[in-house]
Amino acid sequence: MMPVLQLGPLAIQLPGLLLLLGVWIGSLTLDGEAARRGLSADRLSKLVFFSLIFGLVSARLGYVLRYASAYAADPLGVISLSPQTLSATEGVVGAVLFAWIYGRRAGLPLWPTLDALTPMFAVFAVFFALAHFASGDAFGAPTDVPWGIELWGAARHPSQIYELIAASAILGAALWLRSRSLLPGVMFLLWVSFTTGARLVLEAWRGDSTIIFGGLRLAQVASLMILLAALAGLHILARAYLAPTGPGKEDPLTG
Amino acid sequence: MRTSAFPAWIAHRGRWIALMTFVLVIGGAWTAVSAVPASSMTGGRVPSPREGFLAPDFTVERSDGGSWGLSEVRGDGVILNFWASWCPPCRAEMPALERVHNDLAEDGIQVVALNVTRQDSESAAMAFAAELGLSLPIGLDRTGEIERLYQVRALPTTFFIDAEGVIRTVVIGGPMREAVLRAEAEALLEGPSP
Repeated sequence: MMPVLQLGPLAIQLPGLLLLLGVWIGSLTLDGEAARRGLSADRLSKLVFFSLIFGLVSARLGYVLRYASAYAADPLGVISLSPQTLSATEGVVGAVLFAWIYGRRAGLPLWPTLDALTPMFAVFAVFFALAHFASGDAFGAPTDVPWGIELWGAARHPSQIYELIAASAILGAALWLRSRSLLPGVMFLLWVSFTTGARLVLEAWRGDSTIIFGGLRLAQVASLMILLAALAGLHILARAYLAPTGPGKEDPLTG
Repeated sequence: MRTSAFPAWIAHRGRWIALMTFVLVIGGAWTAVSAVPASSMTGGRVPSPREGFLAPDFTVERSDGGSWGLSEVRGDGVILNFWASWCPPCRAEMPALERVHNDLAEDGIQVVALNVTRQDSESAAMAFAAELGLSLPIGLDRTGEIERLYQVRALPTTFFIDAEGVIRTVVIGGPMREAVLRAEAEALLEGPSP
C-alpha cells in the first residue's frame, strides 16, 4: 500500500495518478479500434474526452448540491481540486448520459462504438485494480490463508491482487478477441460477461461489501443480473444476425 | 467465415437456455454460499486509520497544558488535522479550520489541530498559533505515536470522524477549501452513513 508518492517536496497521490494513466493508456487503443470498425477516430476520441469532462463536472455538482449551504459561503470552493468532493453516482450517470447523447448526435452506431471502447475499458480496469492496490481500497475479508496480507488491522485476503489478476486476464482476452471478426456488440458483451463474472466470484473475498437482504452482497447480485442480461444480449444479437429476414439480412460486419 | 461459429452456438435456443440456467444456478449458489451477516463487515468496529473504520483512540497533551482524548468526545463529530508549522498548505488551511471551530463547536463539531511535534519545533508551532490567534485545541504529538497510529504519510492530513467514532473521510494534502471543510462537517452532523 502506497497512497502517497513523495518526490522531494511533492506529495503525489498515487491512486489518482494510476487512474489518469489508465485513461491515457486506454485511450491509445481508440484510433486503432476506430479504424478497425470504420468509425471516425476523431469523434470517438471526442466522445471519450467530453464524457470524462462532463462526468467530472456532474460529480462535483452532485456533491455541491448536497452541501449547498457550505458552498454558498465559499463559492470558489466549487472548483477546488479535492477528489473527495466528487460524488461517484452523479459522475457516472452524467458521463453515460452525455456519451449517449453525443454518440447519437455524432452518428456513432451503438454496438460498434461500444466494441471500439472495450479495449480501453479493459486497460482501465487493470489500472483501477492497481489504484486499489496503492490506496488499500476494495480490501479483502479477514482470513487465515498463508497468502493473507496484513492490512487495516487484520490479516486479509489480498483482494486487490485477485482483482489485478482477473483484470489482466480479461485484458488479455480482449486483446486476443479484437483481432477476430465478431458481430457488432459481441466484443463488448463478452467483456461485460467476463468482468461481471469475475466480480461475482471475487466479491466473496471482499471485506467491504455492501450487504443487502440481510446477508447477500450487493455487488454479487448486481453482477449476476448484468451477466445474465449480457448473455441474453448475445443470444438476441446472434439470432438477429442468423435470421433469414430482419436486421441481420445486411451483413452487420460491413454495414 | 470465422464469425459463424459463435453466433450459431449462442443463437441455438436450447444451448442458450442451458447456459443461462447454468450461470443462474452456479452464480446464485456462489452468492448464497458467500453471504455473510452485515455485522461481519469490519467497518466501524476495527480500529484502523481509514474510511469506514473506527478511529484509533488516543489521548494527546494540549499546548495549553490539559489533555485531549478522542474517546472523551464520542457523540460529537471530530475534524482531526495533522499539521506542522513548516508546511505551507498546513499554514494556509489553518484559518479555515479556526473559523469552522468557532462556528460549529456549539453544533457538535470538535476541530483538533494535531501538531506533529516530532517533525516540528514546539516553539515554531506555538509562534504560528500565536500569530493566528488560534483558539482551537492544539495537540502536541511529541513522540510521533499518534502520527504512526494514523499512518500519516503527508502533511496536512485530515480525518473526519463521526459521532460514533467512525472515520467518514480522509483528506490527504491541502490546503482544503473552507467549503470542503464545511461540507464534510455537515456530513458528520447528518449522522451515520446509510
